[in-house]
Amino acid sequence: MEILVPALLTIITAATPLLFAALGELITEKSGVLNLGVEGMMVMGAIIGFVAVHYSGSAFIAVIASMLAGGVMAAIFALLVLRFHASQVPTGLALTIFGIGLSALIGQSMIGIAYEGIPHVSIPFLSSIPVLGALLFSHDLLVYFSLVMVFAVYYFLNKTRGGLILRAIGDSHDAAHAMGYSVIRVRLLATLFGGAMAGLGGAYLSLAYSPLWVEQMTAGRGWIALALVVFATWRTGRVLLGAYLFGGITILQLHAQALGIGVPAQVMSMLPYLATVLVLVLISRDLGKIKLNAPASLGKAFHASS
Amino acid sequence: MNEADHLIELKGMTKTFPGVIANENVDLALRPGEVHALLGENGAGKSTLVKMIYGILKPDAGDILFQGQPVIIDSPAHARELGIAMVFQHFSLFDSLSVVENISLGMDKDVPMETLAEEIREISDRYGLPLDPHRYVYTLSVGERQRIEIIRCLLQQPKLLVMDEPTSVLTPQEVQKLFVTLERLADEGMAILYISHKLDEIKALCHHATILRLGKKVAEVNVDDESTSSLAALMMGEDLATIVKQDHGSYGEIRLQVEGLNQPAFDSTGISLDEIHLDVRAGEVVGIAGVAGNGQDELLRALNGEEKCQSHACIMIDGKHVGLLDPNARRKAGMASVPEKRLGHGAVPDMDLVDNAFMTAFHRMGLLARGLINYPKTRQFADKVIEEYSVKTPGSHVPAGSLSGGNLQKFIIGRELHQSPDILIVSQPTWGVDAGAAQTIRQALRELAANGAAVLVISQDLDELMEITDRIGAICGGRLSRFYPTSQMTIEKVGLLMAGVSLEGDSQDAA
Repeated sequence: MEILVPALLTIITAATPLLFAALGELITEKSGVLNLGVEGMMVMGAIIGFVAVHYSGSAFIAVIASMLAGGVMAAIFALLVLRFHASQVPTGLALTIFGIGLSALIGQSMIGIAYEGIPHVSIPFLSSIPVLGALLFSHDLLVYFSLVMVFAVYYFLNKTRGGLILRAIGDSHDAAHAMGYSVIRVRLLATLFGGAMAGLGGAYLSLAYSPLWVEQMTAGRGWIALALVVFATWRTGRVLLGAYLFGGITILQLHAQALGIGVPAQVMSMLPYLATVLVLVLISRDLGKIKLNAPASLGKAFHASS
Repeated sequence: MNEADHLIELKGMTKTFPGVIANENVDLALRPGEVHALLGENGAGKSTLVKMIYGILKPDAGDILFQGQPVIIDSPAHARELGIAMVFQHFSLFDSLSVVENISLGMDKDVPMETLAEEIREISDRYGLPLDPHRYVYTLSVGERQRIEIIRCLLQQPKLLVMDEPTSVLTPQEVQKLFVTLERLADEGMAILYISHKLDEIKALCHHATILRLGKKVAEVNVDDESTSSLAALMMGEDLATIVKQDHGSYGEIRLQVEGLNQPAFDSTGISLDEIHLDVRAGEVVGIAGVAGNGQDELLRALNGEEKCQSHACIMIDGKHVGLLDPNARRKAGMASVPEKRLGHGAVPDMDLVDNAFMTAFHRMGLLARGLINYPKTRQFADKVIEEYSVKTPGSHVPAGSLSGGNLQKFIIGRELHQSPDILIVSQPTWGVDAGAAQTIRQALRELAANGAAVLVISQDLDELMEITDRIGAICGGRLSRFYPTSQMTIEKVGLLMAGVSLEGDSQDAA
């Protein structure tokens, strides 16, 4: 139990950044926009969040700043793709490269500075329950927020008219336009939401998971978040499952490495990526289900010609 | 005729597009409870006229009176407000959403889903339009999809219902049901403007008909006073050539033979093929009827090699096993095919007609020289197809996607026919093609058979199948019915086969 509880706790913290980024991308993709710049938006969220906390000392301001940073990145993407009809794939790739470079530039003076990490809230009484208290009731606020967002995204997509319109636009932008819905406006909002959530995911890395700044500290998590959305066949519950699976194996393989299992460290580091993709592919093989959930006009440019 | 009785009256409607006069001085008037046909060939200006009624296009000249009041209809929302509803030929539906979600999106106000589902059930019961509000659209047949559009219109309680070629995708039984619904709506006082070029439907359903030709109104007639041939003459300005079928019983060897073909569905929305047996002889045209989504697509893919079969022996071309060969190898063996979907399956939208011509014809027409594309020869081939099948295009250099559906179909069919294949498999050969060109295509299919080829036609158009085939059967749920000589069949009997019912007195062999 003494090893298990801390291990489980780190699993949750390892999963949270992925969860934020993947939920954001889920909304973006459901509206029909494929933003491959998640990695770039995350890493910008990470550095801007860290800079903000360094100068202001307030975790709250840092979180807001990181979401703004992700949102600004997404706005650049939206301008190019929605306004000027740039192709979504290369624009997203360029956004990632841009984000990695810019964050490194901003972060030059931040290397080597430590931050104590954002405060945890211990819910009175509940958090003192043995084992469960530590597992469920003494995280930082962002962990709870990420779980609230899972429900919020699920509820929005499946139970509200706004979500219905968003899914309709992702399914057929021409039909939605013909019915008088504003394709561009909905896609802009969805893209901005995706950016803000990616920024928040990045900030979780630099403020909570390992509270310091290292260049490219997102280490491919943006790409994993993208993969999660696809392999979860655009379903909210499976995004949650995938994020925790990835977090879980990340932590388990670290512990396995510490125990000195005779497998090269590089192979162990591959495990979370491999296992997450494998499991989600296996549970999502039904092409019919994919057809049902995949936004049919994903990545296609929309021209309001008629 | 008292003018005040009219629900809607159009006077002198004129609309020009760059280079084309789509409508010139067209008049039209409807009374409540009247089913009025708007009749004309493709390109006669029917769609333009109704788009002006529904507020999608603005007329250049002309007046619209609605319930005696002059109105300017400037948007579809305004048209709906007045009480005009329209069912389009191409549905605006979202495949991955449910029926009720689709209808909700088309409503001007937000009604709770459960209330709306209840209203849908009520209307579907009242007008005999069975539809489960919670089914997903991608699981529905075309006929059921059309019901969504009709119910969406009826929810607005319109005074005028415009229907644009509603029966082009329905089975005869579905057409009958639709007519019952439309007659009931007319009895309740709704005016229906019914656009079609199918004459027997107009005879069966409509009271009056306005006939357009090349953008002009050529006549307004009382349908009961006219015969289908007099209507056809008005519509075309000339008589249709009749198809010449060759003498029965003079078929040659079996050229295409399918023995026990089983094919699992490619996904959970697909249909699996179940024990398909089929043979087509030289000189014979065999037809397969069926409601869309009963395995036609799967059958075509299995036959032309896009999906390989489970055994080499289950498909034979001239006695040679080809079940495991890919499409190009089957083309070499003499088989050509035309899929239902033109853009993205029959042709590459972004490539020009020369490249598209090359794609399926390079082997048989010898367009490949030492691994390189022989462009002059390919261009010549493409130009020839364009000329022979009178494809309307600025030239062979334009992308396939820029052609209208009917013109692209002529090009694709022409491309395959021109290679004089031994076996031709064609799905929906004349879908969306105007009557004159459709007749050319049908005639060409018959001629191909007369020259010794085996022709298999998969179609939802029963009139067409009755007209050009020698034997006919139907596909339902991935299973083929027996085949019967077309001369012994009626549309009603084929309709039963399409529904998976076997015919009584089924002792005669599938000869």
